[in-house]
Amino acid sequence: MDLKELYRDVILDHNRQPRNFGALAPADTSADGHNPLCGDRLTVYVNLDGERIREVRFDGQGCAISVASASLMTEAVTGKGRGEIARLFDAVHATLTGEEADAGAAMPLGKLAALSGVREFPARVKCASLCWHTLNAALAHERTAVTTE
Amino acid sequence: MATAAATATAAALATGRFDAARARADFPILAREVNGRPLVYLDSAASAQRPRAVIAAVDHYETHLHANVHRGVHTLSQAATEAFEGARERVRRFLNARSTKEIIFTRGTTEAINLVAQSYARPHLAPGDEILVTWLEHHANIVPWQMVCAATGATLRVAPIDERGELRFDEFQALLSPRTKLVATAHVSNALGTVLPVKQIVAAAHARGIPVLLDGAQAVAHGGADVQALDCDFYAFSGHKLYGPTGIGMLYGREALLREMPPWQGGGDMILSVTFEGSTWNDLPWKFEAGTPNMSGAVGLAAAIDYLEGLGPQAVHAHEQRLLAKATAAALEIPGLRIIGTASDKAAVLSFTIEGIHPHDLGTILDHEGVAIRTGHHCAMPVMDFFKVAATARASFACYNVDGDVDRLIAALHAAREVFA
Repeated sequence: MDLKELYRDVILDHNRQPRNFGALAPADTSADGHNPLCGDRLTVYVNLDGERIREVRFDGQGCAISVASASLMTEAVTGKGRGEIARLFDAVHATLTGEEADAGAAMPLGKLAALSGVREFPARVKCASLCWHTLNAALAHERTAVTTE
Repeated sequence: MATAAATATAAALATGRFDAARARADFPILAREVNGRPLVYLDSAASAQRPRAVIAAVDHYETHLHANVHRGVHTLSQAATEAFEGARERVRRFLNARSTKEIIFTRGTTEAINLVAQSYARPHLAPGDEILVTWLEHHANIVPWQMVCAATGATLRVAPIDERGELRFDEFQALLSPRTKLVATAHVSNALGTVLPVKQIVAAAHARGIPVLLDGAQAVAHGGADVQALDCDFYAFSGHKLYGPTGIGMLYGREALLREMPPWQGGGDMILSVTFEGSTWNDLPWKFEAGTPNMSGAVGLAAAIDYLEGLGPQAVHAHEQRLLAKATAAALEIPGLRIIGTASDKAAVLSFTIEGIHPHDLGTILDHEGVAIRTGHHCAMPVMDFFKVAATARASFACYNVDGDVDRLIAALHAAREVFA
Protein backbone atom coordinates (compact mmCIF):
# COMPACT_ATOMS: atom_id res chain seq x y z
CA MET A 1 0.00 0.00 0.00
CA ASP A 2 1.64 3.17 -1.23
CA LEU A 3 0.41 6.64 -0.31
CA LYS A 4 1.25 7.79 -3.83
CA GLU A 5 -1.42 5.37 -5.08
CA LEU A 6 -4.00 7.37 -3.13
CA TYR A 7 -2.59 10.86 -3.52
CA ARG A 8 -1.77 10.72 -7.21
CA ASP A 9 -0.72 13.89 -8.98
CA VAL A 10 -4.14 14.18 -10.64
CA ILE A 11 -5.83 14.04 -7.24
CA LEU A 12 -3.48 16.58 -5.68
CA ASP A 13 -3.90 18.88 -8.67
CA HIS A 14 -7.71 18.76 -8.56
CA ASN A 15 -7.62 19.29 -4.79
CA ARG A 16 -5.38 22.31 -5.12
CA GLN A 17 -7.27 23.77 -8.07
CA PRO A 18 -10.75 22.27 -8.15
CA ARG A 19 -12.49 22.67 -11.52
CA ASN A 20 -16.03 24.02 -11.72
CA PHE A 21 -15.81 25.21 -8.13
CA GLY A 22 -18.30 27.74 -6.81
CA ALA A 23 -22.05 28.15 -6.72
CA LEU A 24 -24.19 28.18 -9.84
CA ALA A 25 -27.00 30.71 -9.55
CA PRO A 26 -29.59 30.23 -10.71
CA ALA A 27 -29.37 26.46 -10.99
CA ASP A 28 -32.05 24.14 -12.35
CA THR A 29 -31.40 21.79 -9.47
CA SER A 30 -28.96 21.33 -6.61
CA ALA A 31 -28.42 19.12 -3.58
CA ASP A 32 -26.35 19.13 -0.41
CA GLY A 33 -24.20 16.20 0.63
CA HIS A 34 -22.69 15.56 4.05
CA ASN A 35 -20.24 13.03 5.37
CA PRO A 36 -20.78 13.15 9.15
CA LEU A 37 -17.67 11.08 9.87
CA CYS A 38 -15.24 13.73 8.68
CA GLY A 39 -17.48 16.77 8.41
CA ASP A 40 -17.25 17.01 4.62
CA ARG A 41 -20.05 19.11 3.15
CA LEU A 42 -20.62 19.91 -0.47
CA THR A 43 -23.33 21.26 -2.72
CA VAL A 44 -23.69 20.17 -6.33
CA TYR A 45 -25.45 22.57 -8.73
CA VAL A 46 -26.76 21.46 -12.11
CA ASN A 47 -28.18 23.19 -15.16
CA LEU A 48 -29.91 20.86 -17.53
CA ASP A 49 -30.43 20.87 -21.24
CA GLY A 50 -33.35 18.49 -21.51
CA GLU A 51 -32.01 15.20 -20.19
CA ARG A 52 -28.41 16.26 -20.43
CA ILE A 53 -26.19 18.12 -17.99
CA ARG A 54 -25.25 21.41 -19.62
CA GLU A 55 -23.38 22.81 -16.66
CA VAL A 56 -22.38 21.44 -13.26
CA ARG A 57 -20.52 23.11 -10.39
CA PHE A 58 -19.87 22.37 -6.76
CA ASP A 59 -18.78 24.11 -3.60
CA GLY A 60 -18.22 23.21 0.02
CA GLN A 61 -15.32 21.84 1.98
CA GLY A 62 -13.78 18.48 2.37
CA CYS A 63 -10.66 16.37 2.28
CA ALA A 64 -8.45 16.07 -0.79
CA ILE A 65 -10.19 12.89 -1.92
CA SER A 66 -13.69 14.36 -1.76
CA VAL A 67 -12.71 17.66 -3.40
CA ALA A 68 -10.72 15.99 -6.18
CA SER A 69 -13.43 13.43 -6.77
CA ALA A 70 -16.06 16.16 -7.08
CA SER A 71 -13.84 18.19 -9.40
CA LEU A 72 -13.16 15.17 -11.62
CA MET A 73 -16.84 14.31 -11.60
CA THR A 74 -17.92 17.73 -12.84
CA GLU A 75 -15.57 17.39 -15.81
CA ALA A 76 -16.69 13.86 -16.54
CA VAL A 77 -20.46 14.38 -16.46
CA THR A 78 -20.74 17.67 -18.34
CA GLY A 79 -22.70 17.05 -21.54
CA LYS A 80 -23.80 13.57 -20.49
CA GLY A 81 -27.34 12.25 -20.12
CA ARG A 82 -28.81 10.56 -17.08
CA GLY A 83 -28.29 7.02 -18.36
CA GLU A 84 -24.63 7.61 -19.12
CA ILE A 85 -24.13 9.24 -15.73
CA ALA A 86 -25.68 6.26 -13.94
CA ARG A 87 -23.34 3.90 -15.82
CA LEU A 88 -20.36 6.13 -15.08
CA PHE A 89 -21.23 6.12 -11.36
CA ASP A 90 -21.42 2.33 -11.47
CA ALA A 91 -17.98 2.23 -13.01
CA VAL A 92 -16.57 4.70 -10.45
CA HIS A 93 -18.15 2.77 -7.60
CA ALA A 94 -16.64 -0.44 -8.93
CA THR A 95 -13.18 1.08 -9.12
CA LEU A 96 -13.49 2.55 -5.61
CA THR A 97 -14.52 -0.70 -4.02
CA GLY A 98 -12.52 -3.05 -6.20
CA GLU A 99 -15.66 -4.88 -7.30
CA GLU A 100 -16.18 -5.85 -10.89
CA ALA A 101 -18.39 -3.45 -12.81
CA ASP A 102 -21.40 -4.88 -14.62
CA ALA A 103 -19.70 -5.93 -17.88
CA GLY A 104 -22.58 -4.79 -20.08
CA ALA A 105 -22.67 -1.36 -18.55
CA ALA A 106 -18.93 -0.74 -18.43
CA MET A 107 -17.95 2.85 -19.12
CA PRO A 108 -14.44 4.07 -19.80
CA LEU A 109 -13.31 6.00 -16.73
CA GLY A 110 -10.84 8.39 -18.31
CA LYS A 111 -9.30 10.67 -15.68
CA LEU A 112 -11.65 9.23 -13.04
CA ALA A 113 -9.36 6.19 -13.02
CA ALA A 114 -7.06 8.27 -10.80
CA LEU A 115 -9.44 7.39 -7.95
CA SER A 116 -8.65 3.67 -8.12
CA GLY A 117 -6.07 3.98 -5.32
CA VAL A 118 -8.90 4.70 -2.88
CA ARG A 119 -9.80 1.00 -2.82
CA GLU A 120 -6.74 0.32 -0.68
CA PHE A 121 -8.08 2.78 1.92
CA PRO A 122 -11.61 1.56 2.76
CA ALA A 123 -12.18 4.37 5.28
CA ARG A 124 -11.90 6.84 2.39
CA VAL A 125 -14.37 5.32 -0.09
CA LYS A 126 -17.18 7.48 1.31
CA CYS A 127 -15.10 10.60 0.71
CA ALA A 128 -14.80 9.80 -2.99
CA SER A 129 -18.42 8.75 -3.49
CA LEU A 130 -20.10 11.64 -1.62
CA CYS A 131 -20.20 13.92 -4.69
CA TRP A 132 -21.78 11.21 -6.83
CA HIS A 133 -24.54 10.54 -4.31
CA THR A 134 -25.10 14.28 -4.12
CA LEU A 135 -25.28 14.61 -7.90
CA ASN A 136 -27.82 11.78 -7.99
CA ALA A 137 -29.88 13.57 -5.37
CA ALA A 138 -29.78 16.78 -7.39
CA LEU A 139 -30.86 14.95 -10.52
CA ALA A 140 -33.69 13.29 -8.61
CA HIS A 141 -34.71 16.79 -7.41
CA GLU A 142 -34.35 15.68 -3.84
CA ARG A 143 -34.65 18.52 -1.38
CA THR A 144 -33.16 16.83 1.65
CA ALA A 145 -29.44 16.58 2.26
CA VAL A 146 -27.88 13.22 1.52
CA THR A 147 -25.36 11.65 3.81
CA THR A 148 -22.95 8.83 3.35
CA GLU A 149 -23.90 7.30 6.68
CA MET B 1 -2.82 -10.29 38.26
CA ALA B 2 -1.10 -7.36 39.92
CA THR B 3 2.30 -8.29 38.49
CA ALA B 4 2.07 -6.11 35.41
CA ALA B 5 0.91 -3.13 37.43
CA ALA B 6 3.72 -3.76 39.85
CA THR B 7 6.43 -3.52 37.19
CA ALA B 8 5.99 0.14 36.27
CA THR B 9 5.09 0.99 39.86
CA ALA B 10 8.22 -0.64 41.22
CA ALA B 11 10.25 1.18 38.60
CA ALA B 12 8.69 4.47 39.63
CA LEU B 13 9.53 3.83 43.27
CA ALA B 14 13.05 2.69 42.46
CA THR B 15 14.01 5.63 40.27
CA GLY B 16 11.85 8.25 41.93
CA ARG B 17 10.42 9.24 38.57
CA PHE B 18 7.77 7.93 36.23
CA ASP B 19 9.05 5.39 33.72
CA ALA B 20 6.81 5.59 30.67
CA ALA B 21 8.79 2.95 28.77
CA ARG B 22 8.01 0.48 31.57
CA ALA B 23 4.36 1.47 31.53
CA ARG B 24 4.34 1.06 27.76
CA ALA B 25 5.54 -2.52 28.16
CA ASP B 26 2.45 -3.24 30.28
CA PHE B 27 0.20 -2.69 27.23
CA PRO B 28 0.44 -5.65 24.86
CA ILE B 29 -1.32 -3.94 21.94
CA LEU B 30 1.45 -1.35 21.77
CA ALA B 31 3.82 -4.07 20.64
CA ARG B 32 2.01 -4.48 17.33
CA GLU B 33 2.86 -2.90 14.04
CA VAL B 34 0.61 -0.80 11.86
CA ASN B 35 1.42 -0.52 8.16
CA GLY B 36 4.83 -2.01 8.81
CA ARG B 37 5.77 0.51 11.48
CA PRO B 38 5.69 0.13 15.27
CA LEU B 39 2.38 1.55 16.48
CA VAL B 40 2.35 5.05 17.95
CA TYR B 41 -1.01 5.36 19.68
CA LEU B 42 -2.08 8.97 20.16
CA ASP B 43 -5.85 8.48 20.32
CA SER B 44 -6.30 7.74 24.01
CA ALA B 45 -8.82 10.57 24.42
CA ALA B 46 -11.13 8.52 22.17
CA SER B 47 -10.30 5.23 23.90
CA ALA B 48 -7.25 4.29 25.92
CA GLN B 49 -5.56 0.89 25.59
CA ARG B 50 -5.67 -1.79 28.29
CA PRO B 51 -2.75 -2.96 30.39
CA ARG B 52 -2.17 -6.66 30.96
CA ALA B 53 -3.48 -6.24 34.53
CA VAL B 54 -6.93 -5.31 33.19
CA ILE B 55 -6.97 -8.04 30.56
CA ALA B 56 -5.93 -10.55 33.25
CA ALA B 57 -8.56 -9.37 35.73
CA VAL B 58 -11.34 -9.76 33.15
CA ASP B 59 -9.94 -13.14 32.14
CA HIS B 60 -9.76 -14.25 35.78
CA TYR B 61 -13.37 -13.21 36.37
CA GLU B 62 -14.59 -15.03 33.25
CA THR B 63 -12.47 -18.10 33.98
CA HIS B 64 -13.16 -18.53 37.69
CA LEU B 65 -15.91 -16.33 39.08
CA HIS B 66 -18.76 -15.74 36.68
CA ALA B 67 -22.44 -16.34 37.46
CA ASN B 68 -25.30 -13.89 37.81
CA VAL B 69 -25.02 -11.40 40.66
CA HIS B 70 -27.40 -10.74 43.58
CA ARG B 71 -29.45 -13.79 42.72
CA GLY B 72 -28.15 -17.11 43.93
CA VAL B 73 -26.91 -18.86 47.01
CA HIS B 74 -24.49 -20.96 45.05
CA THR B 75 -20.75 -20.37 45.29
CA LEU B 76 -20.23 -18.73 41.91
CA SER B 77 -23.13 -16.33 42.30
CA GLN B 78 -21.64 -15.22 45.58
CA ALA B 79 -18.16 -14.96 44.07
CA ALA B 80 -19.47 -12.87 41.16
CA THR B 81 -21.43 -10.64 43.52
CA GLU B 82 -18.36 -10.14 45.67
CA ALA B 83 -16.25 -9.25 42.62
CA PHE B 84 -18.88 -6.85 41.27
CA GLU B 85 -19.58 -5.12 44.59
CA GLY B 86 -15.84 -5.09 45.30
CA ALA B 87 -15.41 -3.17 42.06
CA ARG B 88 -18.03 -0.68 43.23
CA GLU B 89 -16.09 -0.12 46.44
CA ARG B 90 -12.93 0.37 44.38
CA VAL B 91 -14.65 3.08 42.30
CA ARG B 92 -15.98 4.70 45.49
CA ARG B 93 -12.45 4.95 46.90
CA PHE B 94 -11.11 6.28 43.58
CA LEU B 95 -13.65 9.11 43.61
CA ASN B 96 -13.64 9.55 47.39
CA ALA B 97 -17.43 9.19 47.49
CA ARG B 98 -19.00 8.83 50.94
CA SER B 99 -20.80 5.57 50.22
CA THR B 100 -21.13 2.86 47.59
CA LYS B 101 -24.82 3.83 47.52
CA GLU B 102 -23.62 6.78 45.47
CA ILE B 103 -21.88 4.69 42.79
CA ILE B 104 -24.14 3.48 39.98
CA PHE B 105 -22.67 1.35 37.24
CA THR B 106 -23.69 2.34 33.72
CA ARG B 107 -22.59 1.51 30.18
CA GLY B 108 -20.51 4.66 30.18
CA THR B 109 -20.59 8.43 30.55
CA THR B 110 -23.33 8.78 27.96
CA GLU B 111 -25.70 6.48 29.80
CA ALA B 112 -24.88 8.14 33.12
CA ILE B 113 -25.80 11.57 31.75
CA ASN B 114 -28.98 10.21 30.18
CA LEU B 115 -29.90 8.71 33.55
CA VAL B 116 -29.63 12.11 35.22
CA ALA B 117 -31.51 13.77 32.34
CA GLN B 118 -34.42 11.38 32.54
CA SER B 119 -34.54 10.62 36.24
CA TYR B 120 -33.40 13.86 37.86
CA ALA B 121 -33.97 16.67 35.35
CA ARG B 122 -37.16 15.59 33.66
CA PRO B 123 -39.36 15.49 36.80
CA HIS B 124 -37.89 18.82 37.95
CA LEU B 125 -38.36 20.79 34.72
CA ALA B 126 -41.27 22.98 33.69
CA PRO B 127 -41.66 25.34 30.71
CA GLY B 128 -39.39 28.36 31.23
CA ASP B 129 -36.83 26.43 33.29
CA GLU B 130 -33.26 26.22 32.05
CA ILE B 131 -30.36 23.82 31.94
CA LEU B 132 -26.96 25.45 31.57
CA VAL B 133 -24.08 23.79 29.69
CA THR B 134 -20.89 25.25 28.16
CA TRP B 135 -19.78 25.61 24.56
CA LEU B 136 -17.12 22.93 25.18
CA GLU B 137 -19.46 19.99 25.67
CA HIS B 138 -19.26 16.63 23.97
CA HIS B 139 -22.52 15.74 22.20
CA ALA B 140 -23.22 13.35 25.10
CA ASN B 141 -23.58 16.36 27.38
CA ILE B 142 -25.77 18.28 24.91
CA VAL B 143 -28.22 15.90 23.27
CA PRO B 144 -29.69 14.31 26.45
CA TRP B 145 -30.54 17.83 27.67
CA GLN B 146 -32.05 18.78 24.33
CA MET B 147 -34.24 15.69 24.55
CA VAL B 148 -35.37 16.48 28.08
CA CYS B 149 -35.97 20.12 27.15
CA ALA B 150 -38.11 19.05 24.20
CA ALA B 151 -40.15 16.83 26.51
CA THR B 152 -40.67 19.46 29.23
CA GLY B 153 -40.62 22.87 27.52
CA ALA B 154 -37.41 23.83 29.31
CA THR B 155 -34.58 25.68 27.54
CA LEU B 156 -30.95 24.73 27.06
CA ARG B 157 -28.60 27.67 27.67
CA VAL B 158 -24.94 27.70 26.65
CA ALA B 159 -22.13 29.53 28.42
CA PRO B 160 -19.67 30.91 25.83
CA ILE B 161 -15.92 30.36 25.46
CA ASP B 162 -13.11 32.59 24.29
CA GLU B 163 -10.67 32.16 21.39
CA ARG B 164 -8.31 30.15 23.60
CA GLY B 165 -11.04 27.64 24.30
CA GLU B 166 -11.58 28.73 27.90
CA LEU B 167 -14.94 29.23 29.52
CA ARG B 168 -15.96 32.89 29.88
CA PHE B 169 -16.61 32.48 33.57
CA ASP B 170 -18.22 35.89 34.09
CA GLU B 171 -20.72 35.12 31.32
CA PHE B 172 -21.31 31.69 32.79
CA GLN B 173 -22.14 33.32 36.11
CA ALA B 174 -24.41 35.84 34.42
CA LEU B 175 -26.41 32.98 32.91
CA LEU B 176 -27.18 31.47 36.33
CA SER B 177 -30.67 32.53 37.32
CA PRO B 178 -33.69 31.37 39.32
CA ARG B 179 -34.76 29.56 36.13
CA THR B 180 -31.58 27.44 36.11
CA LYS B 181 -32.42 23.98 37.41
CA LEU B 182 -29.15 22.20 36.62
CA VAL B 183 -25.64 23.00 35.44
CA ALA B 184 -24.02 20.27 33.34
CA THR B 185 -20.43 20.78 32.25
CA ALA B 186 -17.36 18.94 31.12
CA HIS B 187 -14.56 18.61 33.66
CA VAL B 188 -12.11 18.48 30.72
CA SER B 189 -13.00 19.27 27.09
CA ASN B 190 -12.54 16.26 24.83
CA ALA B 191 -11.98 18.27 21.65
CA LEU B 192 -9.49 20.82 23.01
CA GLY B 193 -8.25 19.51 26.35
CA THR B 194 -9.35 22.62 28.26
CA VAL B 195 -9.62 21.96 32.01
CA LEU B 196 -12.69 23.80 33.22
CA PRO B 197 -12.72 25.72 36.52
CA VAL B 198 -15.11 23.17 37.97
CA LYS B 199 -14.65 24.14 41.62
CA GLN B 200 -15.64 27.73 40.86
CA ILE B 201 -18.49 26.50 38.67
CA VAL B 202 -19.83 24.35 41.49
CA ALA B 203 -19.43 27.13 44.04
CA ALA B 204 -21.21 29.67 41.84
CA ALA B 205 -24.08 27.27 41.11
CA HIS B 206 -24.41 26.10 44.72
CA ALA B 207 -24.55 29.72 45.88
CA ARG B 208 -27.85 29.80 44.03
CA GLY B 209 -28.93 26.33 45.11
CA ILE B 210 -28.37 24.81 41.65
CA PRO B 211 -27.00 21.26 41.42
CA VAL B 212 -24.07 20.49 39.11
CA LEU B 213 -23.27 17.48 36.94
CA LEU B 214 -19.66 17.06 35.82
CA ASP B 215 -18.82 15.02 32.73
CA GLY B 216 -15.53 13.51 33.83
CA ALA B 217 -14.91 11.26 30.82
CA GLN B 218 -11.71 13.12 29.87
CA ALA B 219 -10.63 14.01 33.38
CA VAL B 220 -10.34 10.82 35.40
CA ALA B 221 -7.31 9.39 33.58
CA HIS B 222 -5.40 12.65 33.98
CA GLY B 223 -5.20 13.32 37.69
CA GLY B 224 -8.40 11.69 38.91
CA ALA B 225 -11.34 13.32 40.65
CA ASP B 226 -12.40 13.74 44.27
CA VAL B 227 -16.16 14.26 44.37
CA GLN B 228 -16.12 15.56 47.93
CA ALA B 229 -13.43 18.12 47.17
CA LEU B 230 -15.21 19.09 43.95
CA ASP B 231 -18.50 19.18 45.88
CA CYS B 232 -20.38 18.27 42.67
CA ASP B 233 -23.79 16.59 42.77
CA PHE B 234 -23.28 14.20 39.87
CA TYR B 235 -20.09 12.92 38.26
CA ALA B 236 -19.91 10.63 35.24
CA PHE B 237 -17.06 8.73 33.58
CA SER B 238 -16.33 5.79 31.28
CA GLY B 239 -14.05 2.84 31.96
CA HIS B 240 -12.43 2.78 28.55
CA LYS B 241 -10.91 6.26 28.82
CA LEU B 242 -9.24 5.05 32.02
CA TYR B 243 -7.43 1.97 30.63
CA GLY B 244 -10.49 -0.17 31.44
CA PRO B 245 -12.98 -2.06 29.27
CA THR B 246 -15.69 -0.56 27.06
CA GLY B 247 -19.35 -0.89 28.02
CA ILE B 248 -18.74 0.02 31.66
CA GLY B 249 -18.87 3.42 33.29
CA MET B 250 -20.45 4.97 36.29
CA LEU B 251 -22.54 7.74 37.70
CA TYR B 252 -21.73 9.24 41.05
CA GLY B 253 -24.74 10.95 42.59
CA ARG B 254 -25.18 12.65 45.93
CA GLU B 255 -27.16 10.17 48.02
CA ALA B 256 -29.88 12.65 49.02
CA LEU B 257 -30.59 13.38 45.33
CA LEU B 258 -30.45 9.75 44.23
CA ARG B 259 -32.85 8.74 46.97
CA GLU B 260 -35.50 11.13 45.67
CA MET B 261 -35.04 10.20 42.02
CA PRO B 262 -37.34 7.64 40.40
CA PRO B 263 -35.73 4.65 38.66
CA TRP B 264 -35.10 5.27 34.99
CA GLN B 265 -35.24 1.73 33.69
CA GLY B 266 -37.38 -1.05 35.06
CA GLY B 267 -36.48 -4.71 35.27
CA GLY B 268 -34.85 -7.31 37.42
CA ASP B 269 -32.44 -6.35 40.20
CA MET B 270 -33.91 -2.85 40.64
CA ILE B 271 -36.99 -4.05 42.58
CA LEU B 272 -37.70 -5.41 46.05
CA SER B 273 -41.08 -6.88 45.19
CA VAL B 274 -43.25 -7.12 42.10
CA THR B 275 -46.96 -7.83 41.80
CA PHE B 276 -49.24 -6.98 38.93
CA GLU B 277 -50.67 -4.20 41.07
CA GLY B 278 -47.29 -2.54 41.55
CA SER B 279 -43.66 -2.87 42.52
CA THR B 280 -41.34 -1.45 45.14
CA TRP B 281 -37.87 -0.23 44.33
CA ASN B 282 -34.64 -1.70 45.52
CA ASP B 283 -32.23 0.31 47.69
CA LEU B 284 -29.44 2.46 46.33
CA PRO B 285 -27.51 1.96 44.17
CA TRP B 286 -29.34 -1.04 42.68
CA LYS B 287 -32.53 0.99 42.13
CA PHE B 288 -30.76 2.37 39.05
CA GLU B 289 -29.27 -0.89 37.80
CA ALA B 290 -32.06 -2.79 36.04
CA GLY B 291 -31.11 -6.09 34.48
CA THR B 292 -27.92 -8.12 34.67
CA PRO B 293 -25.04 -5.64 34.84
CA ASN B 294 -21.66 -5.73 33.13
CA MET B 295 -19.82 -7.64 35.84
CA SER B 296 -16.62 -8.43 33.95
CA GLY B 297 -16.51 -4.79 32.84
CA ALA B 298 -16.78 -3.60 36.43
CA VAL B 299 -14.01 -5.97 37.49
CA GLY B 300 -11.86 -4.69 34.61
CA LEU B 301 -12.59 -1.10 35.60
CA ALA B 302 -11.50 -1.78 39.18
CA ALA B 303 -8.28 -3.33 37.86
CA ALA B 304 -7.71 -0.28 35.67
CA ILE B 305 -8.08 2.00 38.68
CA ASP B 306 -5.61 -0.21 40.60
CA TYR B 307 -3.23 0.07 37.68
CA LEU B 308 -3.47 3.86 37.38
CA GLU B 309 -3.14 4.39 41.11
CA GLY B 310 -0.19 2.02 41.09
CA LEU B 311 1.52 4.27 38.55
CA GLY B 312 0.55 7.36 40.52
CA PRO B 313 -2.03 9.60 38.86
CA GLN B 314 -0.01 12.74 39.60
CA ALA B 315 3.16 11.25 38.14
CA VAL B 316 1.22 10.19 35.02
CA HIS B 317 -0.29 13.66 34.78
CA ALA B 318 3.14 15.32 35.02
CA HIS B 319 4.53 12.95 32.39
CA GLU B 320 1.66 13.68 29.99
CA GLN B 321 2.06 17.41 30.51
CA ARG B 322 5.75 17.16 29.62
CA LEU B 323 4.86 15.31 26.39
CA LEU B 324 2.19 17.91 25.60
CA ALA B 325 4.69 20.74 26.06
CA LYS B 326 7.22 18.98 23.83
CA ALA B 327 4.64 18.22 21.14
CA THR B 328 3.23 21.74 21.26
CA ALA B 329 6.66 23.35 20.86
CA ALA B 330 7.54 21.06 17.93
CA ALA B 331 4.14 21.48 16.29
CA LEU B 332 4.43 25.27 16.31
CA GLU B 333 7.56 24.94 14.15
CA ILE B 334 5.51 23.38 11.36
CA PRO B 335 4.49 26.03 8.81
CA GLY B 336 0.72 26.49 8.53
CA LEU B 337 -0.05 24.55 11.72
CA ARG B 338 -2.69 26.15 13.92
CA ILE B 339 -3.36 24.82 17.41
CA ILE B 340 -7.06 24.83 18.24
CA GLY B 341 -7.47 25.26 21.97
CA THR B 342 -4.70 27.07 23.83
CA ALA B 343 -6.13 27.21 27.35
CA SER B 344 -3.63 27.82 30.13
CA ASP B 345 -4.77 24.64 31.89
CA LYS B 346 -5.04 21.76 29.42
CA ALA B 347 -5.13 17.98 29.57
CA ALA B 348 -2.62 16.31 27.24
CA VAL B 349 -4.58 16.97 24.06
CA LEU B 350 -3.16 18.67 20.97
CA SER B 351 -5.92 19.63 18.56
CA PHE B 352 -4.73 21.30 15.37
CA THR B 353 -5.17 22.02 11.68
CA ILE B 354 -2.56 22.40 8.94
CA GLU B 355 -3.26 24.88 6.20
CA GLY B 356 -3.99 23.18 2.88
CA ILE B 357 -4.30 19.67 4.32
CA HIS B 358 -7.68 18.44 5.50
CA PRO B 359 -7.52 16.62 8.87
CA HIS B 360 -8.93 13.51 7.23
CA ASP B 361 -5.97 13.42 4.83
CA LEU B 362 -3.61 13.96 7.75
CA GLY B 363 -5.23 11.01 9.51
CA THR B 364 -4.66 8.72 6.54
CA ILE B 365 -1.07 9.83 6.00
CA LEU B 366 -0.22 9.49 9.70
CA ASP B 367 -1.82 6.06 9.83
CA HIS B 368 0.36 5.10 6.91
CA GLU B 369 3.32 6.02 9.13
CA GLY B 370 1.90 3.90 11.98
CA VAL B 371 0.72 6.94 13.96
CA ALA B 372 -2.90 6.78 15.19
CA ILE B 373 -4.60 10.12 15.83
CA ARG B 374 -8.24 11.18 15.82
CA THR B 375 -9.54 13.35 13.00
CA GLY B 376 -13.00 14.84 12.70
CA HIS B 377 -15.35 16.89 14.83
CA HIS B 378 -14.69 14.84 18.00
CA CYS B 379 -18.43 14.67 18.79
CA ALA B 380 -18.20 18.37 19.61
CA MET B 381 -19.59 20.11 16.53
CA PRO B 382 -20.36 23.37 18.39
CA VAL B 383 -16.67 23.64 19.31
CA MET B 384 -15.73 23.18 15.64
CA ASP B 385 -18.28 25.83 14.62
CA PHE B 386 -16.86 28.23 17.19
CA PHE B 387 -13.38 27.95 15.68
CA LYS B 388 -14.86 27.93 12.14
CA VAL B 389 -13.30 24.60 11.21
CA ALA B 390 -15.13 21.48 9.99
CA ALA B 391 -12.69 19.20 11.75
CA THR B 392 -9.35 19.07 13.49
CA ALA B 393 -6.61 16.52 13.93
CA ARG B 394 -6.16 15.55 17.56
CA ALA B 395 -3.23 13.83 19.21
CA SER B 396 -3.81 12.82 22.82
CA PHE B 397 -1.22 11.48 25.24
CA ALA B 398 -1.48 8.83 27.92
CA CYS B 399 0.73 7.11 30.51
CA TYR B 400 2.27 4.81 27.88
CA ASN B 401 3.40 7.48 25.43
CA VAL B 402 7.10 8.20 25.26
CA ASP B 403 9.24 10.98 23.79
CA GLY B 404 9.80 8.90 20.66
CA ASP B 405 6.05 8.97 20.01
CA VAL B 406 6.13 12.75 19.82
CA ASP B 407 9.10 12.57 17.42
CA ARG B 408 7.22 10.11 15.19
CA LEU B 409 4.13 12.35 15.22
CA ILE B 410 6.11 15.41 14.18
CA ALA B 411 8.01 13.47 11.50
CA ALA B 412 4.72 12.15 10.11
CA LEU B 413 3.29 15.67 9.98
CA HIS B 414 6.32 16.76 7.94
CA ALA B 415 5.75 13.76 5.66
CA ALA B 416 2.14 14.89 5.18
CA ARG B 417 3.30 18.34 4.17
CA GLU B 418 5.61 16.77 1.60
CA VAL B 419 2.74 14.77 0.07
CA PHE B 420 0.76 17.98 -0.30
CA ALA B 421 3.73 20.22 -1.19
